[in-house]
Amino acid sequence: MPYRDTEKIAQNPTDRGPEKKFTWRRKHLLNLRELSREELLHVLDTAEGFKEISRRSIKKAPALRGKVVVNLFFEDSTRTRNSFSLAASRLSADVLEFTAKSSSISKGETLRDTARNLEAMGIDIVVVRHNAGGAPHFLTKCIDACVVNAGDGYHEHPTQGLLDIFTIRELRGDLTGLKAAIVGDIAHSRVARSNIWGLHTLGAEVYLVGPPTLMPAAVKELPVKVCYDFDSIINDMDVVNMLRIQFERIGSQVMPSVREYSRLFGLTVDRMKRAKKDVIVMHPGPLNRGLEIESEVADGPNSAILRQVTNGLAVRMAVLFLVNQAATTLPSPQGETNP
Amino acid sequence: MNELLIKNGRIIDPANNVDAIGDILVCNGRIVQVGIVKDEAGTIIDAKDKLVVPGLIDMHVHLREPGDEEEETIASGSAAAVAGGFTSVVCMPNTEPAIDNEATVDFVYRQAAAVDLANVFPAGAITKNRAGKELAEMGQMVRGKVVAFTDDGNGVQNPVVMLKALQYAEMFGKPIMQHCQDDALAAGGCMNSGYQATVLGLPGMTRLAEELMLYRDLQLTRQTSTRLHVQHITTAGSTQIIRQAKQQGIRVTAEVAPHHLLLTDEACQDYDTNYKINPPLRSRSDVKALLEAVADGTIDCLASDHAPHLSSEKELEFLLAPCGIISLECALGLYVKALIEPSIIDWPRLIQLMTIGPAGILGLDKGTLAVGSAADITVIDPHHSWRVCVEKFRSKSRNCPYDGWQLSARAVLTVVGGKIKYQLSD
Amino acid sequence: MQVILDSQAIATLLEKLADDIIKATPPDASLALVGIRSRGEIIAQRLQKIIQSRLNQPVDQGTLDITLYRDDLNQPRHHQPNVRTTEIDFDIDDRLIVLVDDVLNTGRSARAALDALIDYGRPIAIRLAVLVDRGQRELPISADYIGKVVEAPKNQRVNVYLNEVDNREEVVLE
Repeated sequence: MPYRDTEKIAQNPTDRGPEKKFTWRRKHLLNLRELSREELLHVLDTAEGFKEISRRSIKKAPALRGKVVVNLFFEDSTRTRNSFSLAASRLSADVLEFTAKSSSISKGETLRDTARNLEAMGIDIVVVRHNAGGAPHFLTKCIDACVVNAGDGYHEHPTQGLLDIFTIRELRGDLTGLKAAIVGDIAHSRVARSNIWGLHTLGAEVYLVGPPTLMPAAVKELPVKVCYDFDSIINDMDVVNMLRIQFERIGSQVMPSVREYSRLFGLTVDRMKRAKKDVIVMHPGPLNRGLEIESEVADGPNSAILRQVTNGLAVRMAVLFLVNQAATTLPSPQGETNP
Repeated sequence: MNELLIKNGRIIDPANNVDAIGDILVCNGRIVQVGIVKDEAGTIIDAKDKLVVPGLIDMHVHLREPGDEEEETIASGSAAAVAGGFTSVVCMPNTEPAIDNEATVDFVYRQAAAVDLANVFPAGAITKNRAGKELAEMGQMVRGKVVAFTDDGNGVQNPVVMLKALQYAEMFGKPIMQHCQDDALAAGGCMNSGYQATVLGLPGMTRLAEELMLYRDLQLTRQTSTRLHVQHITTAGSTQIIRQAKQQGIRVTAEVAPHHLLLTDEACQDYDTNYKINPPLRSRSDVKALLEAVADGTIDCLASDHAPHLSSEKELEFLLAPCGIISLECALGLYVKALIEPSIIDWPRLIQLMTIGPAGILGLDKGTLAVGSAADITVIDPHHSWRVCVEKFRSKSRNCPYDGWQLSARAVLTVVGGKIKYQLSD
Repeated sequence: MQVILDSQAIATLLEKLADDIIKATPPDASLALVGIRSRGEIIAQRLQKIIQSRLNQPVDQGTLDITLYRDDLNQPRHHQPNVRTTEIDFDIDDRLIVLVDDVLNTGRSARAALDALIDYGRPIAIRLAVLVDRGQRELPISADYIGKVVEAPKNQRVNVYLNEVDNREEVVLE
C-alpha cells in the first residue's frame, strides 16, 4: 500500500491538539492483565467519544467502513455477540456471524483451519469467544487479522472488564482507592479476572467474596482481599459487582444449594440497607433474579446494570476502532514512546 | 570373526564398580574383554576423551504402535532411541489396541526384531484395555516376555483393583508401575494448579492428585511382595513420601523425566502446547526437590516419557491439545544440563540412573559391561556442544519444546548386540 | 517562523467574521455555531460571545470531533489520531449551521465535518467560517466567511495558537 505523506496529515490542524497524544499499539486485545494504566485510560477516553454516536439520529460513523469484522463464537452468547455486532455496524463495518458448537473436535474443523479459511476471504478483525482459555491467543499465531477476545474459558473477558470500569469511572471519576467487591464463582469467572486486573491497575482495592470452594487455587497470590463473609464488608464497598451463578456448572460438590448461596452471598434488599447510600450495583448479565441478586435491587436506584449495557456498546466500538488503528499505524522510526 | 574394539575411553560401569580408562572388545555380539586390549582386529573405534558406558536404557517411552503409526512406529521410535544413545527401551501399553494380551506383546517383539535397532521391551497393561476394572492376562503376557505392568497414561483408580493387581503380580516377580493420578482430584486439569493456571484461566491439576494415590499405593504395596515402581514423579511432596517409604523398607522405586528437572509451569504462559504434559510441569520448588531426590537416591532412574503427537493434534487450543512431548534424541543432553552441569551428581551416578538402575528394577540382564554380557554399549562425548534441531529428529513427530536448546553432551556411538546401530556424523 | 497575525489582528478578524456572519444570516433563521476540534471550537466560542452581544440573544454553540470521519484513518501512517468527544446538545434539524475552523487548507477536514454533521441531522444550510484560508485545496471546498487569505509556500504550515490552550495568541507561518 502506498505510504501516504505524513507531512500532509500533519498539516491538518486538528492533529495539533494541546491534549496528551497517545498511540495505541496493540493489534489484539486478549486480556486486561497486560494493559498499562495509560492504555486502560486511553480505551476509556476513546469510548467516551463513541458514546454519543448512539444518541444521534444516524447512529453510524464511517470509521471502519469497508472493514470486515467476524464474530467467531464457539460458545452460546446472544448479548455479547449482539453488542459486538452492533458496535461493528455503528462503525460502518461489514459483520460476519460465525457460530460453531466447538472447534477442535476430531470430526469438525479445527479452530486454526476455521480462522484461516475466514482470513482467506479477507477479514480485518476477529472477535472470538471460546470455552478454552488461550484460544484467542492461539488465533493470533494462526492469522494476520486483529483478534479481540470476547471471553475465553475462564481466562479473561476484557471488554466486559473495560465496560465495568468505564461505568464506575462515569459515576465516580477516579478509581484510586475505591473499594470494589466482586461476588460469586470467582474460580470459573473470566469477568472476575478481567475486573481484578483492570481495577487493580487503576488503583482500586479489589475484594473477592464467595465460598472458599469457589475461589481460584492461587487466589492469595492475586492483588486482592478475600472475604467469605459478605455482611462484614458490604458497608464499606463503593462498588458491588455480582457474578451470575450457574448451578449446572458448579454442582453441589462445591455449594450445597441455591438457597444457601442466596442467603450467604445474594445481594438482597436487606443487605443493601447496610451498604453505602451511593454504592454502585453491577452485574454482567444475564441476571438470575432472586438467586444472586433480588429483583428490587437489580431494578433499584443503585443499579448500573443497564448503563453497563449501553457502555458496553461504546467500549466495544472503541476497542474495534483502536485495534484497527494499531494495524494501520506504522512503527515509530525511533522506537516506541508515548508521552 | 565379528570384532569391535572400543579403545581408550573412560569406561564407566556402575554395575561392576568400574570407572577407569580402558578398552572393550566385542566379539559375536558379546563383550569378551574389558581392560587393556592388545588385539587390533576388526572395527576399531577410538574413544579417547569419551565415556564408554553400558547401553543406556529408557524405561518409559511411547512407541504408538499398534494403532497410532502416524505419530510414531516401533521403527521410527527405535531409530530415535539409538540416535539418543539408548540401546534398550520399555514401551508403554497405551496403544490401540492396548498391550493387554500375549498376542500384542508378541507383535511388539516381532516388529522390533524386524527393525533390528534398539531392544524394545513391552510393558503390559495391568487391567483389560487399561480400563481399571478387570485384571489383564498377566500370566500369558509374562509368557510372552513382558517386563512390567502399567496402565500408564492413567493410574488405576480403584484401590481394590490396585490391591488385587499387586497381589496377583506376586506370582510373576514383575514390577507394577503406576502413573499416580487420582482422576477425580485432577478434575480435568490441563496444567499444574497454581498461580499460572489461575492467571491463564485454565483448569489446574492439584499436586494432591499425584501424592494421594502415591501414598495409597505404597500402603497397598506393603501388603504384598510385589515391587511398586512409581512413574514420572513431579512434586516435592512425592519425593518426601517416597523417601519415607524407603526408610520404612517398602519395596518402591521411582523415576523422573527430564522436563520435570528443567521446566516449570511458567513455560505455559504463552499457551504453547509444547509444554502441555501429563503429569504437568510444576513449580521451582518442586524442581529443586526432584534434583535433590536424584542426588540422594530417592529416585532410582531417569526415564524420558517420550510421547509423540502429530502437529495437527498439538496445534490446538491448550485445553484440547493432547499431553506429551518427545525427547529420546536429546534426553541424555538434558539430564547432563539438569544434573551434571550444576554439579548435582557426577557421571558415574548419572550412568547408574540410566543403566543398572532401570535394569535392576525390571530384572533385565542389561545395563552392564561385564564380560559375557550382550554387547550393548554407548559411547558418550561429554564435551560435545550441540544445538537441538527438532526438524532433523528421526522420530516421526515434532512435539518437542527443546528446539534450539544448546546442550553439552551427546551419544556418538550406539552399539546393540555388538553391532553399531548409530554413529554420529558431523 | 514568521508571525502573520498578532493577538490584536486576530481579535479584529474575529469581529469582522462575526459581522459577516450576522449580515448573511436572515433574521428568522435559527443560527448555530459548530466548532471543529481542535481550536475551531475555541474560535466558535469566541464568535458566539461576540454575536450574542451584537444580537442581544443567545446563540447555540457545539463542538464537533471529526476523527471518525477522516478519510485517512486506514492509511498506513506513523501518526494516530485520538478520538475525542463531540458535544452538540441541540437539535441541528432545520438550523442554519456555521461550521467554524481555524485554518482551511486541503479541505479534507471540512469535508469530514460535513459528513459528520449530516449524520447528526438535517440543517437548512451549512456554511463554513475560517480564521485563515491558506489555499492548497485538494477538494472542491470553499469557505463562506474568511478572516484572512494567506499565501504560503507548500512546505510551510500555518499554525494558529490561542490563549485558552497554547498560552500564546498568534498565527504563524512555520
